[in-house]
Amino acid sequence: MPHDHHHDEHDHTEPPSDLELRVKALESLLVEKGLVNPDTLNTIIDTYEHKVGPRNGAHVVAKAWTDPEFKQALMTDATEAVASLGYCGRQGEHLMVVENTDDTHNLVVCTLCSCYPWTVLGLPPAWYKSAPYRSRAVSAPREVLSEFGINLDEDKKIRVWDSTSEMRYLVLPQRPLGTEGWSEADLQALVSRNSMIGVELARAPDSGAEASQ
Amino acid sequence: MQRFEHQPQDDEGPVFNAPWEAQAFALVLALHERGLFSWQEWAGALSAEIAEAQAAGDPDLGNTYYQHWLAALETISRQKNFSNTDELARRKSQWHEAYLNTPHGKPIQLSAGDS
Repeated sequence: MPHDHHHDEHDHTEPPSDLELRVKALESLLVEKGLVNPDTLNTIIDTYEHKVGPRNGAHVVAKAWTDPEFKQALMTDATEAVASLGYCGRQGEHLMVVENTDDTHNLVVCTLCSCYPWTVLGLPPAWYKSAPYRSRAVSAPREVLSEFGINLDEDKKIRVWDSTSEMRYLVLPQRPLGTEGWSEADLQALVSRNSMIGVELARAPDSGAEASQ
Repeated sequence: MQRFEHQPQDDEGPVFNAPWEAQAFALVLALHERGLFSWQEWAGALSAEIAEAQAAGDPDLGNTYYQHWLAALETISRQKNFSNTDELARRKSQWHEAYLNTPHGKPIQLSAGDS
């Protein structure tokens, strides 16, 4: 791109994109007015980038697979059970865990925007927020699942859960066969983010956690 | 998978594509934590923004998500009188000027945009 319109181009800094300027404008005004604290902003960013993530959800799932008492608590009141592991929501939303069984597969979507169980899964992947997923998860769930590589038996029911600002869902995948006697820590490696949204199954033990990354 | 063009197929990849997305995200959470709006109000503002963008022809594939997020934040900031259109526009051009008035490599101070 030519820069011939600035004769003094060495003496200035190229302004960032319009979007960046809009964020800077808002942020500086909100901080100035005392409505937000810059330290709070940094803490939030750090938390969501580094601390919150699908590992939290994998911990919940692996614990449910190995600890019947925890699983019962989780199915009764997921918000509380998950909080007992230290994962607390920031928006006061409720969490419900939906369990995959031999008869039923669960799939989570937010048709209106992109409500998502952040505390246990971190931030949603781009496809979760896309219009095609948001509509097709409801209109053609079997097709969506097969695009993700899951081909379910015709007689297996699919339940689609539409998240809201008050209620978020986490899928409890079926524990893979051949993992009897595995430790909670080893089981966690089999639980992918996508399996907790319901677009994948938990990894088979022989596939290895690395192979499916 | 051809229907999901912007889909990261690997797990746990970067969730923000640019720092401004993380800033906009954090601003909303911080304002909500101060009790300045309810999460229902926020979800309403965001879904209205998304619906409007779709109506205007945005294929809405997830890659414009934080643009909707930012637009909703501006809207709710006006509705709640945190700021207003004029003030936002003035501040934005002040930042723009600050960049133009700052030698390359030096930190950008808002005061450099005062004219």
